[in-house]
Amino acid sequence: MSSAVMDKAEAEAKQPASHLITATFRIRRFNPEVSEEASWEDFQLEIDPKERVLDALHQIKWEIDGTLTFRRSCAHGICGSDAMRINGRNRLACKTLIKDLNPDQPITVEAIKGLTLLKDLVVDMEPFFQAYRDVMPFLVTSGNEPTRERLQSAEDRERFDDTTKCILCAACTSSCPVFWNDGQYFGPAAIVNAHRFIFDSRDEAGEQRLEILNDKDGVWRCRTVFNCTEACPRGIEVTKAIQEVKRALITRRF
Amino acid sequence: MATDIETTGSSAPYGPDNPAPVIEPPRARTSRTPKTTRTNFELYGWLFMRLSGIVLVVLVIGHLLIQLVLDGGVSKIGFAFVAGRWASPFWQTWDLIMLWLGMLHGANGLRTIINDYAERDSTRLWLKALLYTATVFTILLGTLVIFTFDPNIR
Ligand code: FES
Repeated sequence: MSSAVMDKAEAEAKQPASHLITATFRIRRFNPEVSEEASWEDFQLEIDPKERVLDALHQIKWEIDGTLTFRRSCAHGICGSDAMRINGRNRLACKTLIKDLNPDQPITVEAIKGLTLLKDLVVDMEPFFQAYRDVMPFLVTSGNEPTRERLQSAEDRERFDDTTKCILCAACTSSCPVFWNDGQYFGPAAIVNAHRFIFDSRDEAGEQRLEILNDKDGVWRCRTVFNCTEACPRGIEVTKAIQEVKRALITRRF
Repeated sequence: MATDIETTGSSAPYGPDNPAPVIEPPRARTSRTPKTTRTNFELYGWLFMRLSGIVLVVLVIGHLLIQLVLDGGVSKIGFAFVAGRWASPFWQTWDLIMLWLGMLHGANGLRTIINDYAERDSTRLWLKALLYTATVFTILLGTLVIFTFDPNIR
């Protein structure tokens, strides 16, 4: 962001050797032990713009307000525990740099939508994982177990390569407007993980998974809004995967 | 350093032993969420929307051209004009297909919207009942008129 760079240059001119900027974090807080309503709270930080939003949350939690509650584990975009809505878009706090967010304005941080809000940035992920379990996200085979690996050609592996990247952070599912209003919809993440096995040449339950996703809460509820593709921190083409499942269902019927 | 920009905390005595209800979204999935029904209804519905949409583009634009643009535009439309067109089975079929496809396409679209936005089951039920009644009524009435139209009525 050019203005951020300029601000930084100005700031450096004023006080040499300082690479810190002042940024405001506007965080949506909710604590059922204090109030039944969620409210926005502002925190001002001196922070290096090359830091991530997760570092800012740490700074708030460790130095200003220890009650701030959020999930994180790996801090490197692998575990998928810190998906949140930053400036109105779902992202991983650990992969979002402050300088990419226009720190001149307050940076809003809130929990992902469509799941039960438990406290501050923590939501109940159970319905999300229920949908995941419902698509049978495991290899299903028949016959005797082979004595060595199940081999697969590079082309067969390539077929579902994109959807193997999912880290189950729920950024896609909780960015889907259909999911916001009807949590019974499987949601993009579950469909992505079904896609990963449906198009795996070693798997034998593709038909069963297609049948599950053919239901009224399955792929047909997708409106190709593309929010999920935009939200995915792993760059998975989520909407494309959903469309491929739809196409598989149609070509299977006709 | 922290500043409250919006203090909405009510004075209700919530505490660790007496927490407020958590903020829940409508209709969450649970392990008891209905399992697959094994029908292709949604698949056919989805396909129908695409196919009827293509046909409707032709039918509706043709209809609008004939009724509003060509040959004097709206001013020519009168009882005699309609009677003249419906004397031909071609225009009867055209209008009949347009009526059925348009109504079913629209009704299915509204059904989708109700599914997406109505949160409570009873709201869904009533909105859909209203929608289906209106659709069936309009289709039947329209079909009846196209087939029993009498140009000599006075
Ligand atoms: S903390 Fe693991 S993905 Fe961000």
